[in-house]
Amino acid sequence: MILRIIFAALIAVLPLAANAFEVFACEPEWASLVREIAGEDIQVTTATTAFQDPHYVQAKPSLIAAARNADLLICSGADLEIGWLPLLLRRAGNAAIQPGSPGNFVAADFVRRIEIPKVVDRSGGDVHPQGNPHIHLSPRNIERIAKALGERLIRINAGDADNIQNGLDDFLMRWDEATGRWEDEGESLRGMRLVAHHTSFSYLADWLNLDIVATLEPKPGVPPSGAYLSKLLAQLQASPPAAIIRTPYQNEKPSLWLAERVGTPAIVLPFTVGGTPQATDLFSLYDETIRLLREQQR
Amino acid sequence: MSRYQRIGVLLLLALPASAFAEQDVQAEVTELRQLLAELKSDYEQRITDLEARLQAAERASKSAARKADDALDTAEQTAIDQSSGSSSANAFNPALSAILNGQYARVDHGWNQIPGFMPAGEIGTGESGFALGEAEVNMRASVDSLFYGNLTLALHEEDGAIEPELEESWIQTTSLPGGIRATGGRFFSSAGYLNSFHRHADDFADRPLPYQAFFGGAYTVDGARASWVAPTALLLEVGAEMNWGGGFPATANHATEPGAWTLFAKLGGDAGASNSWLLGIARINADADSRSGGHDHETPGVVDTFSGDSKLTIADFVWKWAPNGNATLRSFKVQGEYFRRDENGLYAGLDYDGTQQGWYLQTVWQFAQRWRVGYRYDAVDTDNGANMVGTELQDPGHSPMRNSLMFDWSPSEFSRLRLQYINDQVYADTDNLWLLQYIVSIGAHGGHQF
Repeated sequence: MILRIIFAALIAVLPLAANAFEVFACEPEWASLVREIAGEDIQVTTATTAFQDPHYVQAKPSLIAAARNADLLICSGADLEIGWLPLLLRRAGNAAIQPGSPGNFVAADFVRRIEIPKVVDRSGGDVHPQGNPHIHLSPRNIERIAKALGERLIRINAGDADNIQNGLDDFLMRWDEATGRWEDEGESLRGMRLVAHHTSFSYLADWLNLDIVATLEPKPGVPPSGAYLSKLLAQLQASPPAAIIRTPYQNEKPSLWLAERVGTPAIVLPFTVGGTPQATDLFSLYDETIRLLREQQR
Repeated sequence: MSRYQRIGVLLLLALPASAFAEQDVQAEVTELRQLLAELKSDYEQRITDLEARLQAAERASKSAARKADDALDTAEQTAIDQSSGSSSANAFNPALSAILNGQYARVDHGWNQIPGFMPAGEIGTGESGFALGEAEVNMRASVDSLFYGNLTLALHEEDGAIEPELEESWIQTTSLPGGIRATGGRFFSSAGYLNSFHRHADDFADRPLPYQAFFGGAYTVDGARASWVAPTALLLEVGAEMNWGGGFPATANHATEPGAWTLFAKLGGDAGASNSWLLGIARINADADSRSGGHDHETPGVVDTFSGDSKLTIADFVWKWAPNGNATLRSFKVQGEYFRRDENGLYAGLDYDGTQQGWYLQTVWQFAQRWRVGYRYDAVDTDNGANMVGTELQDPGHSPMRNSLMFDWSPSEFSRLRLQYINDQVYADTDNLWLLQYIVSIGAHGGHQF
């Protein structure tokens, strides 16, 4: 009886979610892409911010509630969310977004992944058998994912098909133009020597021909140790890199320690939408990333 | 006559300028200047046009190159996709993982039963020395488009023999509409916060006293559960379970109706980017028929039993904090649960009407990447009445309680080394326990349960 009263009270006080089309985006870059194609009016919940490591997230209550109400789920995939997404999908009890359903959109399925390990063994750190999952820092990947996402949005009736098609065409046109501009601007970055905290920027380096000479992590996902950093220091003092780069969610200490001793700046790249105040959407994310790198050129 | 020819003529004409009248010269010069200016602007226009066309061509060629690259990538990807997974027989292998653990303990007296409570399974401090913990093997996968299946086997050694135990074996629906889920088989009950976690995921090496006293560690249901997640912005989940199995505190010999029912509700959400919380309340109504407690190795043969009603209410909360929600480097967690049980019926042939309570409060502070410390207070209390004096359920005259400190290091997500100290006042004599424990997980990546 007491429980029944509590249940009734709870249901009365909780705001019921609206019936509009809802999107659950695992990372901010996909929330931004959905808005570019389907318009600003579409309701998007972003599971993580630029200040959270998308791998180390828990299937927390707010995410279960959001996944329960979603009509479309869009995530990076390639095991980036392996620690929490499968659990979240089971807890949410939402048939529309289960793996294999049209409402489950995995971005990594549509691009060529790099750094696919030859040997899959955890002694190598956080190994991703399907390759590097940080796929969004290559404009060509975004272009391909956008096309697939546009098709998917139309297929599951996320809104008026003509509007979505127009939104996609318009985005692709602007994206192609911006890509040309970034490639012009990025021409001078070719061969720039960088040290990164983690393999977060591999697709960016691949696209702009940056030379990431080392990572602060001895192995992917393994925190930098003092011994390893000392070794790295000796190696880098001979030929210092242009900068040490990291994402907003990564530990600043190893970067700063090394930067001070090597005499190169340690900088935070936005990594995803919202990572710096200037990076407010996908376009400004790339603008900022390239601007920050060009600032470090010597 | 083209403009250039005209300029040529004008230049020629300009040479004998002195032969002309003053104003004629002036007019010619003006015209000349005008033409030169036209010429200049014309060239500038052409150069700008050419530059623009060059840029456009460059862009088009880059765009074309990108498209060619794309085509190449697609071909490559197709080749990769087609070449992998050539053997279909094991392509459907379930996610497979195993948990291995062991611990070294130093115990003064030790105990395996809590005073005032019936023995409820394998609980207690264990003995001094090295003990291999149970090895757990887990398999899970989608069954088909409707169900998901999970199997957990626990293997432990007892008196020199390997004893396998079916810890979990359940199927669950994945595609019911409206946020409804049904689960069937053997599974951990959703009552309480800690109960649905596997023990290797706990923050302390042993379960808090109320879990040991009321559940013998964990409450397992053999039966079915239906639960519903409300379409709300906050998480609201309600559900019911019926237990036909012999899971303590019910008994197994109910042919026509379940021995125990559970109702539960959970409410949770975020407070800003840094805080998350979850509240839970549950009620377990069990009907016990000659319940002898869990399995009791100490006194085989005749043991005292309980028949009657057992009504347990659990209230729980957990609050987690991490700067900007990023728990990689630092995080903080507080959790607590309160148990209250009313039982009445017959115990050892005597009229019995007792009330038991239990609670714990624990905090875990992750102060650096992969390093944590924790503190836990846990206690239980009984009011079993004068009738129980002289039986196992006699009130001990004090509230069994403990203070525990924990310190652990996780080299990776898959391994953990833990040191725990317990100041144990379950019995009147204070016991000091030291535990050094390792827990590792191999195989498929486990879930980060909240």
